[in-house]
Amino acid sequence: MKVLKAKAELCDGCGRCELVCSQVWFKEEDRSKSAIKIEENSADYDINVCSQCGDCIEVCPTVAIYRNKAGVVLIDKEKCVGCFSCIGFCPTLSMRWHKDYLEPFKCIACGRCAKECPTGALNLENN
Amino acid sequence: MAADYSIEALKSAHKLISDMEYEVGHVNRGYTDRTLYINLTESKIAGKPVTDLMKDKFIGGRGFGLYLLWNGVNENTKWNDPENEIIISTGPIGGITQYPGSGKSLVVSLSPLTGIPIDSNVGGYFGPYLKFAGWDALEIQGKAQNDVIIYIDGDKGRVTIEEAPLEEIDTHLLAEQLTAMYADNEEDKRNVSVVSAGSGAEHTHIGLLNFSFYDVRRKEVRIKQAGRGGIGTVFRDKKIKALVVKYSGVKGDTNKPADRAKIAELGIKLHKEIHDLDDQQNRMRKTGTAYLTGIMNDYDLLPVNNFKFGAHPDAHKLSAKEFSKWFALSKSDGCWYGCTLACAKVVEGFELLSGPYKGQKVLVDGPEYETVAALGSNCGIFDSQYVLEANFYCDTYGLDTISFGNIVAFCMECFEAGILDSKKTGGLDLHFGNKEAALELLHQMGRGEGFGKVAGLGVRKLKKIFEEEYGADPGFLNDIGMENKGLEYSMYMPKESLAQQGGYALTNKGPQHDEAWLIFMDMVNNQIPTFEDKAEALFYFPIFRTWFGLMGLCKLPWNDIVPADNATKPEAHKIPEHQQNYVELFSAVTGRQVGIEALVDLSAPVYHFQRVFNIRMGQGGRQSDAAPMRSLGPATVEEYLSREERYDKQLKEILGINPEGKTAAEKLQLIRKYRQDQYNTLCDNVYRRRGWTENAVPKLETLEKYGIDFPEVVEVVKKYL
Repeated sequence: MKVLKAKAELCDGCGRCELVCSQVWFKEEDRSKSAIKIEENSADYDINVCSQCGDCIEVCPTVAIYRNKAGVVLIDKEKCVGCFSCIGFCPTLSMRWHKDYLEPFKCIACGRCAKECPTGALNLENN
Repeated sequence: MAADYSIEALKSAHKLISDMEYEVGHVNRGYTDRTLYINLTESKIAGKPVTDLMKDKFIGGRGFGLYLLWNGVNENTKWNDPENEIIISTGPIGGITQYPGSGKSLVVSLSPLTGIPIDSNVGGYFGPYLKFAGWDALEIQGKAQNDVIIYIDGDKGRVTIEEAPLEEIDTHLLAEQLTAMYADNEEDKRNVSVVSAGSGAEHTHIGLLNFSFYDVRRKEVRIKQAGRGGIGTVFRDKKIKALVVKYSGVKGDTNKPADRAKIAELGIKLHKEIHDLDDQQNRMRKTGTAYLTGIMNDYDLLPVNNFKFGAHPDAHKLSAKEFSKWFALSKSDGCWYGCTLACAKVVEGFELLSGPYKGQKVLVDGPEYETVAALGSNCGIFDSQYVLEANFYCDTYGLDTISFGNIVAFCMECFEAGILDSKKTGGLDLHFGNKEAALELLHQMGRGEGFGKVAGLGVRKLKKIFEEEYGADPGFLNDIGMENKGLEYSMYMPKESLAQQGGYALTNKGPQHDEAWLIFMDMVNNQIPTFEDKAEALFYFPIFRTWFGLMGLCKLPWNDIVPADNATKPEAHKIPEHQQNYVELFSAVTGRQVGIEALVDLSAPVYHFQRVFNIRMGQGGRQSDAAPMRSLGPATVEEYLSREERYDKQLKEILGINPEGKTAAEKLQLIRKYRQDQYNTLCDNVYRRRGWTENAVPKLETLEKYGIDFPEVVEVVKKYL
């Protein structure tokens, strides 16, 4: 299973990953449209990103969320009715929404952010 | 049972009676601004505009239903007259997918049980799909000559009335046939919703309507029920076999709200609350409303043996734990998209032990708490398998489980009291606890035969029949017959809660707890001790709860899940955070900016209008709020003795009467009079607070205050003022 692994202790909070993510998927640099979230805490930074656990799959009323052959959890936008149940039921709060879009979005372990992370805090791994 | 036809054969036997093509258009801020009118006598199909007055004073849902019905009938209309209508409408919020419980349909008609307007709310996809197909409401008048299906194609913009001679009548077969018929393929089935009744609805006055939704995981048609008041009976009287709507492509903004982001914020917050707290609170996702059985039994509030008693040692056999053994849980059992409270429970592969489908394995939707108590404990039957069997048959026959359970229980008590015997029941041994007899009675209603056909008329008409034909004492029948206005009581024992006695009998449509459920506030928590407190609660809650039915909302996500810090808030019993969500949702959908006062101000016009409607139909005055003695206190010596300590204490401490040396019958009379007096005083207080006369007629100033002093409304009340 492909999953993006984060080592928060290496993160310097530059936010490059968020801009890369939104650029790849929404063609604009806007951290509110990123599937990965970097947040400063009192000591360093938290990196919040989908673990591909798949809890959202069963909560979806239209079976729009599924796991592909590589083990990545994906959303079929055609089937999605935008109820956002998956957002409230995500155990790590890693499912996202933005007012510009009808459907939620999430990390699909494409690895682009990991490639551009200057500190090596992000790595695409096969579990 | 009909022959086994293929879907193609069923479809090719359809005969087009009438059709209308229309521009589907799209919703704007929760409204399509038009309703669909169908007259089956004239085979007429037409669109009607939604006026500003309708939106301003009647909002939608139940409000639209009552408004359209008012204009469709007159003061002499009976339930089976052609001009009686069935109106289905969601409401402006109905159809949003983000906030749990936002897909309800409200059904309004003149009830065969009460003769006055009934409103019944139901899940399933029909109401939202109807709106997305271009119509804020569906209004059906007239009667067809032969069985028809009304099909609303929201993809193509076409409405048809089709004679449909071959399909089954019973819902579990019919809904499946029609879902397959009108869907292009398996994937398309989720875009179809069917409304249907059943064979029992034809032969009784307690017919209900099943509203379907397609379960994409189980690949099964699921149903929810508009149960109360016999609307399914009206449906079959009009020779409607089914209504079908199709709408493809529901998205997160199909309801076209003014502020979608706000709705998303509110919805996600509640999803998360349910995710975090439901397991610690009511476990709705695990057991649905069946969790209530144990609680009610613990507090002596579970109806047992026709409401004689409030608890039973065998009640654990009907507990949530017991039903959990049957339930096949999925993590997405909502009856509309985005309802993560997901109370719609399922039993899969249930093998039927009786009736026309004996031996078949079926899916049972439910049971809800009300069904468990009505079919089970209230009939002295503590058997979960029986409850599931009777639940399935009530649904597929199109019969209301609450009324059915009351009828069986009433007949059982009359049987044990000697009013009925095996000869009169055609051989049915109707002792409390006899599940075989209860099931046979149910199947007789399905077939329209025997004592079942008589019993299906409902408790009020049975009282008359037992008095006139069997010489039974009308006083006894009125004491124990658990109906008010002709509608059978829902399943909370109100005997020891004065506020709940009013919560039931001071309702507009009859004793259904969706108007006011005050039993815990009053009896358990003692939060409303004085008459003024109770009157305030009976002013506020029935009006506030009207809100759900106007909007297309389910009540459960209001107080069957509460925020973690709710108990620290002022007026915590109102769940203030959730109430705030509702007014923000309304503003976000419609663009009408309102504050918390809207919960009363927008609901009150419809509430008072409905009371005037009752009066227009020759009921609705104080007399129609009379409650059976058994709902007010002990009706019989047996009941007195079952709670002797409690009642003796009341005699001593409240009435200053020493119970010692008095017979139980003497003590019973004293308590009865006291309870009746208390109830009358409650009525006086409630009417005053609601702005009604002492005869329960809304005063002119009340009508003016809420802007419903229309000439035809004033005309109705002025002769009583």
